[in-house]
Amino acid sequence: MKLDINGKPHDVDVPADMPLLWVLRDVIGLTGTKFGCGMAQCGACTVHVDGTAIRSCTTPASALAGKKITTIEGLSADANHAVQRAWIETDVVQCGYCQSGQVMAAAALLARNPKPTDAEIDAAMSGNICRCGTYQRIRGAVHRASELLAAQSAVEVDHVA
Amino acid sequence: MWREPNDTAAPTALSRRDFLKSGAALSAGLVVAFHTPLGLRRALAQGANAPAPIPPDAFVRIAPDNSVTILLKHSEMGQGVWTSLPMVIAEELDCDWARVRVEHAPAAPAYAHTAFGMQMTGGSTSTWESFDQLRKAGATARALLIAAAAQKWNVVATDCRTDKGFVVAGAHKAGYGELAEAAAKLPAPGDVKLKDAKDFTLIGKPMRRLDSRAKVSGTAEFGIDVKRPNLHVALVARAPVFGATLKSFDAAKARAVPGVIDVVQVPSGVAVLAKHFWAAKQGRDALVLDWDPGAGAAISTPALREDYRKLARAPGTVAKTAGDVDAVFKGAKVIEADYEVPYLAHAPMEPLNCTVEIGKDGCDIWTGTQFQTMDQRVAAAVLGLKPEQVRIHTTFLGGGFGRRATPASDFVREAVEVAKASGKTVKVVWTREDDIHGGYYRPMWVSRLRAALGRDGLPAAWAHSIVGQSILAGTPFEAMMVKDGIDSTSVEGAADSPYLEKIPAHRVELHSPKSPVTVLWWRSVGHSHTGFVVESFIDELAHAAKKDPLDYRRALLPEGSRERRALELAAREFGWGKPLPKGHGAGVAVHASFGSYVAQIAEVSVEGKTIKVRRVVCAIDCGPVVNPLTVEAQMQSGIAYGLSAALHSELTFKDGGVEQSNFHNYTVLRLNEMPRVEVHIVPSTDKMGGCGEPGTPPIAPAVANAVFAATGKRLRQLPLRLA
Repeated sequence: MKLDINGKPHDVDVPADMPLLWVLRDVIGLTGTKFGCGMAQCGACTVHVDGTAIRSCTTPASALAGKKITTIEGLSADANHAVQRAWIETDVVQCGYCQSGQVMAAAALLARNPKPTDAEIDAAMSGNICRCGTYQRIRGAVHRASELLAAQSAVEVDHVA
Repeated sequence: MWREPNDTAAPTALSRRDFLKSGAALSAGLVVAFHTPLGLRRALAQGANAPAPIPPDAFVRIAPDNSVTILLKHSEMGQGVWTSLPMVIAEELDCDWARVRVEHAPAAPAYAHTAFGMQMTGGSTSTWESFDQLRKAGATARALLIAAAAQKWNVVATDCRTDKGFVVAGAHKAGYGELAEAAAKLPAPGDVKLKDAKDFTLIGKPMRRLDSRAKVSGTAEFGIDVKRPNLHVALVARAPVFGATLKSFDAAKARAVPGVIDVVQVPSGVAVLAKHFWAAKQGRDALVLDWDPGAGAAISTPALREDYRKLARAPGTVAKTAGDVDAVFKGAKVIEADYEVPYLAHAPMEPLNCTVEIGKDGCDIWTGTQFQTMDQRVAAAVLGLKPEQVRIHTTFLGGGFGRRATPASDFVREAVEVAKASGKTVKVVWTREDDIHGGYYRPMWVSRLRAALGRDGLPAAWAHSIVGQSILAGTPFEAMMVKDGIDSTSVEGAADSPYLEKIPAHRVELHSPKSPVTVLWWRSVGHSHTGFVVESFIDELAHAAKKDPLDYRRALLPEGSRERRALELAAREFGWGKPLPKGHGAGVAVHASFGSYVAQIAEVSVEGKTIKVRRVVCAIDCGPVVNPLTVEAQMQSGIAYGLSAALHSELTFKDGGVEQSNFHNYTVLRLNEMPRVEVHIVPSTDKMGGCGEPGTPPIAPAVANAVFAATGKRLRQLPLRLA
């Protein structure tokens, strides 16, 4: 089957019911996307499909032909997405295992809602479990990323003008 | 995991002797030349080998490009040692912090814990156990670099100074990288001068983590991410009931699954090896297994509860006693209560896994582990190798919480068995269900408390009976940490409660029933139940005496004590006593563990049966602080972990099986439930304590006490549920 992952075409020979997560991790070798539960309960496996956050552990890869898949490795060059910069700046991570999924969930949230309220962050991010309890800093970092994005688009508008 | 050791405590010396006796003698290099705890010195004086100096480059390596690589003796599992311990070395080395790189150290005697004598991470000990050692390592490297520069320039060392990675003397200036080779050939000075604390530029300053970039870009390598040539993923079908034995199995259907390579039997069950996880899982699902469940099939939570409550009413082994408790109770109004907490899984986000490659000259193991020395011993025993032939490559740990520190090295042993039986390079991966069903739980505990109040309203007599499995029985730690029938970790936080000093008659007793259910330390260990029980019952007594719960604790804790300092700071920052909105309540708890003293005040609201924790003010006295950002993060983390247990998580047994299996029914705290946590650090020059665990014990009682304040309902069972 043919998959478009991080802008690159991949042709993989896997069973039709094989979840995208294992195609990414064990076949293609993109291990940034994590396995946490296998039943869409924890969000560690979050990736983007055509810009929307999905759980790759329960999504068969065969359902994604013709769609653009973005993983944590493809989110930005050199960890410079606003969400990643905000995460680094506010010292969010602890063990870090859930953070690929957290970052992808936050990036998808900000793409559709550039200035989320606390309640909107809670609604969008509560599907991502963190056992280290980085939740408070995640909330702060989403707000910070929102500011960084706004500053970034202001600069872009400036360039266009 | 362990109680705070000190130089006079026996465990250090015993642990050394224990290891020697067990035939797994850690080599002489065990003892670090820079820092030899008294207990070890005593053990050595009793006939152990003389200590060999550790190599000068054990902790610090400097490359020609001036980059500084720090070898981390502890495992990074979220607690921040990847940043805070290098800060300690860099402070004395005076290198450029921006050029510091960190690697996990290999498993080797040089990296043994200075108090426990084995390489391990746990017990909230990493910072205090290595603080002096790492400062001296940094200072020694700096002294050698200065000596090399002095030699090169033909000046005296005292004319040289250092400046962020350079040695300078008059017009001379050389980068550390340029001097490193010559420095490595010089003899290490016997004694080095350490900085005065007032001159610290890193220690005590809020420093951002060094592992953030890798962890937000998917490049950080966890055990589950390890890649090797010809690697097979293996899933193991394990016993459905603790203590069950495999009678027979049929692997025909499993072998027929495309991608499955092999099926092998190992002591813990049947392993299916495949090209990738998905095929291994399909293959495992297709196994036909016939288990003899054995006695474990009778385990059920309601029956256990009944047994434990009965036991709590029978005389137990006395852990601590003073005065005549029964005489005070006679004729007095006795306040009594039963408390209960359930079995818990650690449920780290990264499911357990271990990669094993057996070669001609030994074995390589890649895993996120807290227990390198144990793993090395166990793997060597399985393979008939010497421990040093087992090379442990520690990856980042996707959470530990104690689960990756099993005295039996269960998940490492099993992976080695699978590699041995199959003759292949394997990565054994656990599913979340395997993790939840896989044992090594925080034990279920029942506590029965009784107290009689004196005329002043303070307790005149206190009796505490504790029932629960020993986590150390049957492990190599039993000899040193179970004494006279008392597992010290079962009663920590109860038998040594500071309240007892003010209660003239008291008795703490223990029952340690045996069970096939495997149990283990879980973040904050015994304190995870005793903190809840003692701090809830004290609250009950305060209300019975019609006293303010904060004042009641003040009356029992000496002024100027570290508990009191934490309590006063939390109360002040919270604004204790100020009116709260209708339906809200505030609860306080203070508990010392792992050498640190933590007070927390929780504000909750109750709507219907839902408890919402809105705000937590946390004050900690952990002595001198290396990185305040880490302390804050660990308090938030400990509170979140404790809130999962306070509000959600429990494992229950039915017909010997665990009824929960994944995050849909083993529920944990989610982001929308995270309260605002405000962390305040007590300025302190007292003895340094830990941070990884002490934030956890006070939160459940603080919340339960707040629920009482809001509703008048006393909840004595975790997770907290309003009927």
